[in-house]
Amino acid sequence: MEAGNATSAAVLQARELVKRFGGREALRGIDFEAAAGELVAVIGPNGAGKTTLLSILAGISRPDGGEVHVPQGEVGWVPQQAALYRRLTVEENLMLFARLEKHEDPRASTEQMLELTGLTERRGEIVARLSGGNQQRINIAIGLLARPSVLLLDEPSVGLDPRQRARLWEFVSALASEGGTTVIFSTHDIQEAERYGGRLLVLADGEALFDGSADGLREAVRREAPEAADQDFETAFVAFLHHRGH
Amino acid sequence: MRWLLLKDLQILRRSPLQAFLLVAWPVLIAVLVGLAISGSPSKPRIAFLNEVPTDARVSVGTSQLPNIGVSDRVCERVECVHVKNRAEAVEEVRSGDVLAALILPAGLVDQINSLSTPSPATPKVEVIVNEEDPVKARLVNDRINSLLTQANLVIARRIATEGGKFLNLVLDGGRFTVIGQTIQILGLRNSARILKALRPALPPGPLRNSIDQVIQFTTLARSNLGTAGPLLTRLTQPIAVDKQVVNASTPPLEVFAIAVAATFTLAFVTVLLVAGSLALEREENAFPRLTRGLVSRSALLTEKVALGVVVGVVVTLLMLAGLALFVPLHWSRVGLWVVAIVAGAAALGAAGAALGAAAREVRAVSLLAFMVTLPVAFLSLIPSGTVGPGLYDAVKLLTALFPFKPALQAMTGALDPGGPSIAAALGHLAILTAVYGSLARFALRRFASV
Repeated sequence: MEAGNATSAAVLQARELVKRFGGREALRGIDFEAAAGELVAVIGPNGAGKTTLLSILAGISRPDGGEVHVPQGEVGWVPQQAALYRRLTVEENLMLFARLEKHEDPRASTEQMLELTGLTERRGEIVARLSGGNQQRINIAIGLLARPSVLLLDEPSVGLDPRQRARLWEFVSALASEGGTTVIFSTHDIQEAERYGGRLLVLADGEALFDGSADGLREAVRREAPEAADQDFETAFVAFLHHRGH
Repeated sequence: MRWLLLKDLQILRRSPLQAFLLVAWPVLIAVLVGLAISGSPSKPRIAFLNEVPTDARVSVGTSQLPNIGVSDRVCERVECVHVKNRAEAVEEVRSGDVLAALILPAGLVDQINSLSTPSPATPKVEVIVNEEDPVKARLVNDRINSLLTQANLVIARRIATEGGKFLNLVLDGGRFTVIGQTIQILGLRNSARILKALRPALPPGPLRNSIDQVIQFTTLARSNLGTAGPLLTRLTQPIAVDKQVVNASTPPLEVFAIAVAATFTLAFVTVLLVAGSLALEREENAFPRLTRGLVSRSALLTEKVALGVVVGVVVTLLMLAGLALFVPLHWSRVGLWVVAIVAGAAALGAAGAALGAAAREVRAVSLLAFMVTLPVAFLSLIPSGTVGPGLYDAVKLLTALFPFKPALQAMTGALDPGGPSIAAALGHLAILTAVYGSLARFALRRFASV
């Protein structure tokens, strides 16, 4: 694996993570850590192990090997499919989860999240009637109600149109840069990862192939797949994976 | 947990069809059951054609029995639709307006009277039925057989009464009128008395021996004919019923009907609601988010069962209140009703949670809930003795494994002031709640996986 960005103040660490589903190894000894305020993109083709890694970091599934150190109770998780109640209103959803998170003033927390997501005007609408993009914003807001120091987003932009996607990334980037929240998101869109990820972790068939900046990945691609260096980054990235045997 | 319960009630309120059905279903059932058990038992409608002349009488020997009022007796037991002729009777049956037609032919009395002649005919009545389905055919047969049995019994009693009078005449003597003339009958008792008075006047010899033989005959005949009277009466009903009740806890039929209706409602509402609500947590992708630390799996299951109990209690009490409009219920026992409903709802809710956790998808859960609840509920109503002993044991075991039957027993005991204690049923329900709760908890381990 390419050398990753060593961080002096890691808020999240994973060592030698292994996960098996039957006879198939979904993760093969992954090492990973992230610092406060970092925005890390986990990229790779379908079946690379992105969702499995995030599920383990979120505490939803247990690894078969290795260990994870995360801040106790401070990891927010936003699944790929919006995890909210479609027959409740925007406000009722936020209020419910604020109460379950035992916020001292759930109404104030709800107001804060409504403002953050820009959905104050639509607070009384049934969630099922909102667009996929707005549902995803509520999905993320519910994840933020845990007031996490680490936020895990599993393919958050899937199914969103370009305008909704831009608004989503503006929102997420502000969380990291202004709120100091460590954000780790998975995607199979290499250009999205390059644009919004401060750091990129490349996975393929459960192996970590690269951990570093977007520029570092470009350099690695040029070095290992020179025949594709003149082509667009996505094509060059596919050639890079091919050279690595994936 | 209360916030999740509140959320589920909000979701329920947001589903107008579901909420309407939860209210409409018990009200509809209450009205139907109430009407069925509070109205007088309906008589079957029978087209009736009596062609027997009004002055025709059944004869016994040379005397005629009084008019036994066949029409009135028949129409006491069924709702008679009087028709003018056979064609009209057939049309009434064919149209389905009546269950059957009963025709008493003009020669019926003559046929009955011929029974005491050397050339007896078989008395016949005509029955016209429309056997469009087997259940209806069986019902008609049962009704007609019952009517004929009653008619035969009435005639047999009349014959026995008249025969008894003749027998007394032979034994004790008296006046007998035949073809307008009154004849004095001596009778066996008087004959014996006269012969005994004459005997001392006769010298010993063959004549006196003959008188002794006649006296002995009259004594024997009188003694044997004396036992024939009660025997003739017994012939009209040779077997009497001596009913001994061994299980005095049987509730009145209307109480049992109310308990069945209420338990049916409770079972369907609770099982479907709890199973569906749990499966919905998975379909909304909320289950992993909730169980990441916000709510434990056990607390989530408890919340779902509590939802079933809350809605089950409200819906069942609503239904009982509706039934109280038709049938007087003992409101003083309402505390016991609530205990029975809560215990039943908890066990049924736990079973629903186990189904929901196992099936995981709302549509599959709904289908499974119906497939399990409906047959078990029907099996729970099979009384002992109506099927073979081996089969009944299997049914008993199966119904003991699902909460419907103990819930029904608890409900019946709670509704019936003369009923048995509901403690055993409550204990049974508590065990089933724990067992199904554990099964549901176990099934939740793979609940979130695809």
